[in-house]
Amino acid sequence: MSTANAGAHDAPPESGVNYLNANYGIRSWLLTTDHKRIGLMYLVSITVMFALGGMAAVLMRLHLIEPQGALVEPETYNKLFSIHGIIMVFFFLVPSIPATLGNFLIPMMIGARDVAFPKLNLLSWYVFITGALLALFGIVSGGVDTGWTFYPPYSSLYSQTHVVPVALGVFIAGFSSILTGLNFIVTIHKMRAPGMTWFRLPLFIWALYGTSLIFVLGTPVIAITVFLLALERLLHVGIFDPAVGGDPLLFQHMFWFYSHPAVYIMILPSMGVVSELITAFSRKRIFGYTFVAFSSMGIAVISFVVWGHHMFVTGQSIYAGLVFSVLSFLVAIPSAIKVFNWTATLYKGSISYQAPMLYALGFIGLFTMGGLTGLFLAALATDVHLNGTYFIVAHFHYIMVGGALMGYLGGIHFWWPKMTGRLYPDYWARVAAVVIFIGFNLTFFPQFVLGYLGMPRRYAVYPAEFQVLNVMSSAGASVLAVGYAIPLVYLIWSLRYGKPAGPNPWGAKGLEWTTASPPPTSNFLAPVVVTEGAYNYAGTEGSHD
Amino acid sequence: MTDLPAHGAHPPGFAHQFENMQQQREASSLGMWVFLVTEILFFGGMFTAYIVYRLLHYESFVTGSHLLEVKFGATNTYVLIASSLTMALAIRSAQTGKRKGQIIFWLILTMFFGALFLGLKFTFEWRHDYIEHIMPGFGFQYRPEWGSLGPEVQMFMCFYFFMTGLHALHMIVGLGILTVLVIMTARNKFSPEYYAPLEISGLYWHFVDIVWIFLFALLYLIGGRY
Repeated sequence: MSTANAGAHDAPPESGVNYLNANYGIRSWLLTTDHKRIGLMYLVSITVMFALGGMAAVLMRLHLIEPQGALVEPETYNKLFSIHGIIMVFFFLVPSIPATLGNFLIPMMIGARDVAFPKLNLLSWYVFITGALLALFGIVSGGVDTGWTFYPPYSSLYSQTHVVPVALGVFIAGFSSILTGLNFIVTIHKMRAPGMTWFRLPLFIWALYGTSLIFVLGTPVIAITVFLLALERLLHVGIFDPAVGGDPLLFQHMFWFYSHPAVYIMILPSMGVVSELITAFSRKRIFGYTFVAFSSMGIAVISFVVWGHHMFVTGQSIYAGLVFSVLSFLVAIPSAIKVFNWTATLYKGSISYQAPMLYALGFIGLFTMGGLTGLFLAALATDVHLNGTYFIVAHFHYIMVGGALMGYLGGIHFWWPKMTGRLYPDYWARVAAVVIFIGFNLTFFPQFVLGYLGMPRRYAVYPAEFQVLNVMSSAGASVLAVGYAIPLVYLIWSLRYGKPAGPNPWGAKGLEWTTASPPPTSNFLAPVVVTEGAYNYAGTEGSHD
Repeated sequence: MTDLPAHGAHPPGFAHQFENMQQQREASSLGMWVFLVTEILFFGGMFTAYIVYRLLHYESFVTGSHLLEVKFGATNTYVLIASSLTMALAIRSAQTGKRKGQIIFWLILTMFFGALFLGLKFTFEWRHDYIEHIMPGFGFQYRPEWGSLGPEVQMFMCFYFFMTGLHALHMIVGLGILTVLVIMTARNKFSPEYYAPLEISGLYWHFVDIVWIFLFALLYLIGGRY
């Protein structure tokens, strides 16, 4: 993609005015309505949350080195896995790519000056911070032991812990997702530059459009659900309490109506990122553009009708179970379409293995593993055996860490030069990608085996014969922690010492690469007119198109 | 903010991120519709829970429904429909370029009906429920004629207060929005070319009214009393 008048705005010199140096001071950040600055504010906020959630995970893995538990009391262990899940899901993975890369890139990719509602965008950050602080307050003042799913009666009748502030924190943070999704939908519909038709949009935009639909349709349901739960705790009037005719299963239905689509909130944006990375580093147009675009929408739609597969063993009707099982298998189709199309894009491409590409390839492998093991769980009979074991834990970590997080890191590495105007050391970035890949597999592959052998999740102790696999997993977790620490060091280092990136360090296509790095406040210095489809790599250096 | 070529004189209310007024109008309208979709899902979660429990505990929910006074609900329904009319007239006045006094008149009348609704709800209906000891969490008492249905009748009343309370909260927000609109009108912010805030606030106001229609039917009317 390029602009018709690309020559008219050759990148200004790096010393030019950009969104980072246009004005200074804390006020210029806290009151900004610039989507790029808001994206960076989200980046810093969720990195802090990721570190907190990661520490809880490290403590858990250290504890599980010994069968009787090496570190903490069982009650503390329950709080650790709850904190880890709640922070990672609601305060890191859900906002991760949409709120950082999405905020930064959507207006630039479609040739707009900003999102449709910049003030709402800023408001969403404040709402997110308020929710996060309330949840952290609940965690610091005593913690929760309900798991991230808040199932009653663990969270209502039988909980001695601080469920209310944490649940309200999740409730409030939900509104920041809604505002973000609303903003993206309107922006993508109404703010596209002349010539930027729907089928010229980068696939990242399609993926985030699907994600925004889920934000807008799913989040209000979880909001009302945790709100009802909080009311039950506060006023002692039951909605989910069996003693007064309530049904705890209804909570699970309403919870998963959001929380299953939320899995696709986490993975769809990563798929969008990977589509961008695979084309840029194979120097090829994506194979089957429309299929990849529509598979994003297909995933968003189907995601709303599969929630019952979380409840196969809860006593829901067997017929409901059958239907949910079949529908869950259906999700595999659009996911597989994406994987096959990425693979076909690689075929005869001129592939270069720079750091973002390593993350993208890691994503494809790990996501495929996570997806295929998901089929075991969509099948009713095997799910009865595997439900509630470490098999589940391993499966969703392959999707959420091996998939979503790898895509997030790949995206951060790909667009970091655009965001900051600086290059990071590619050697260290490649080292980090490999360390993360090895550490991840060492952590979670043994958990598949543990789960298959019958080790239940969420227990602070386990039988001695499982120790070898648990020690492997804990060892992997420490490798993984090192892998995550390396980028933190060299990315911060690059802010000061990195080489200037120039407008397009990767030679990639896309409107965001036609403007300076970092971009000027209004993104483009001349009006943008789009004259060609996405990923038109034909004729660029190294292309075989 | 922008260093693009100037668009000529900016019309009032024009935001920098848009190319022209039409794009801005379409974006605000679409934004409000998307917001209303999330609101439908927000209330929808509660409606679903209500309907599921109504099917599970049919008798208790009918008993609970009979505790509500239809005359309060019906009066409030008329009041809200009247407020929808005056809201539409306010927007129409702005669209056809009437004097600002006329727009303000319709807006104030809308606020009056909205406040009347809340006044009737709080000072008559909820107070009545409190005195009758059918407000869960605030001195709720089981009645002998309910027999073993007591807890489930209380569950009905929980839904009643959660649902109408959430609706009342939306009304209060709506009154706040109307106040802002009155101030904006008084400061000559609107013209036949630019009245998007009036229009999208109107969408919100009508939506809140429609929610009430559903609440009235589901909570008061389907008890099978007539």
